[in-house]
Amino acid sequence: MSRSTIDLWVGIFVLMGCAAILFLALKVGNLSASSFAENYTIEANFSNIGGLKVRAPVKVAGVVVGRVSDIRYDNERFEAVVSLTLDSRYSFPRDTIGEILTSGLLGEQYVGLEPGGDERSLKAGDSLKITQSAVVLEKLIGQFLFNKAAEAPQQ
Amino acid sequence: MIRKLGAMVVEGVWRLGFATRFLFLLLRYSGQSFTRLHLTLREIYFSGVLSLLIILVSGLFVGLVLGLQGYETLQRYGSSEALGVLVALSLTRELGPVVAGLLFASRAGSAVTAEIGLMKTTEQLKAMDMMAVNPIARVAAPRFWGGVISMPILAALFSAMGILGGWLIGVAFIGVDDGAFWSQMQAAVDIRHDIINGVIKSFVFGVAVSLIAVFEGYDCVPTAEGVSRAITRTVVSSALAILALDFVLTSFMFRG
Repeated sequence: MSRSTIDLWVGIFVLMGCAAILFLALKVGNLSASSFAENYTIEANFSNIGGLKVRAPVKVAGVVVGRVSDIRYDNERFEAVVSLTLDSRYSFPRDTIGEILTSGLLGEQYVGLEPGGDERSLKAGDSLKITQSAVVLEKLIGQFLFNKAAEAPQQ
Repeated sequence: MIRKLGAMVVEGVWRLGFATRFLFLLLRYSGQSFTRLHLTLREIYFSGVLSLLIILVSGLFVGLVLGLQGYETLQRYGSSEALGVLVALSLTRELGPVVAGLLFASRAGSAVTAEIGLMKTTEQLKAMDMMAVNPIARVAAPRFWGGVISMPILAALFSAMGILGGWLIGVAFIGVDDGAFWSQMQAAVDIRHDIINGVIKSFVFGVAVSLIAVFEGYDCVPTAEGVSRAITRTVVSSALAILALDFVLTSFMFRG
């Protein structure tokens, strides 16, 4: 086989490799949506974050507008501090409510934002005033049993 | 008995030291070998392009099996849409680099060892030395770089082919929803964390397999038996090196 044919084959081979990596990056990994070019970070305190993980999505009305960038524990307020990195294309009122929700029955946990009515918008470094913690199954069951026990004597 | 054991250990350490020195020689003379690039291109052709068929076909079959088995398990929990995530993550993180590396070691690594070993047995390497041609720059370095360049490409093709195989079984045959298959996959697979790390892994495996193949050929006992032993050692130690390195790299990359 002459040298030029080998060159051609090697060229095809390398092109196929680049196509495969591009396929993995764009179709499988979704490069375009995974990183927000311009963003700002706000904070939210939760008394319990359940199973929330760093990089979990932040959703408003079901649309992903950001990601959880950091989770810390504040030892003075005994609460978890969650940093939310939001896309700068979106701005939210200052009285937005943050809550930790679960997608599906066994799905991953994410932060849902519930926009309020304030005219001023959240800026970088602000923290959410009102938050709702993750639902812990044991507490829910405990509450249910407690209510049942309270109802029982009336019947 | 104990003397034999000691001799084996000394022999192993001696070979390891020689392999390290050999790697430095390879890197030192690769500049020389790149001035005649067609040698390296030729090796990419022999170890990369000619391995395409086995890599693509086995990638497809691994993807098909993952699709079937994954569906079987996931549908018990009513989450068969997560099939895309399962197939994509297991291929890009682990199976792509590792299985492509094992196939590459047995398809291309053994051929390189056999070629260099036979060159040594027929004293072609010595003849080159006599003609003031550095055999490391002329023979070993192009084969080394050919393998190092081919391996990540082959692993990426393996992963891509496997994901297509999983898609074929999951979406085309079983009937998982097409949109959910891709969107859940895109939500779960991270570029840097999963795909780039997979490419890094395959690159490291490429270096390990190519070094072992070239070194075993260069170091073999120049007899027919010696060459066959060297080929066996190439395949065995490449496989061990790939699996051991995979564990080490995984524990660095995916901890936490």
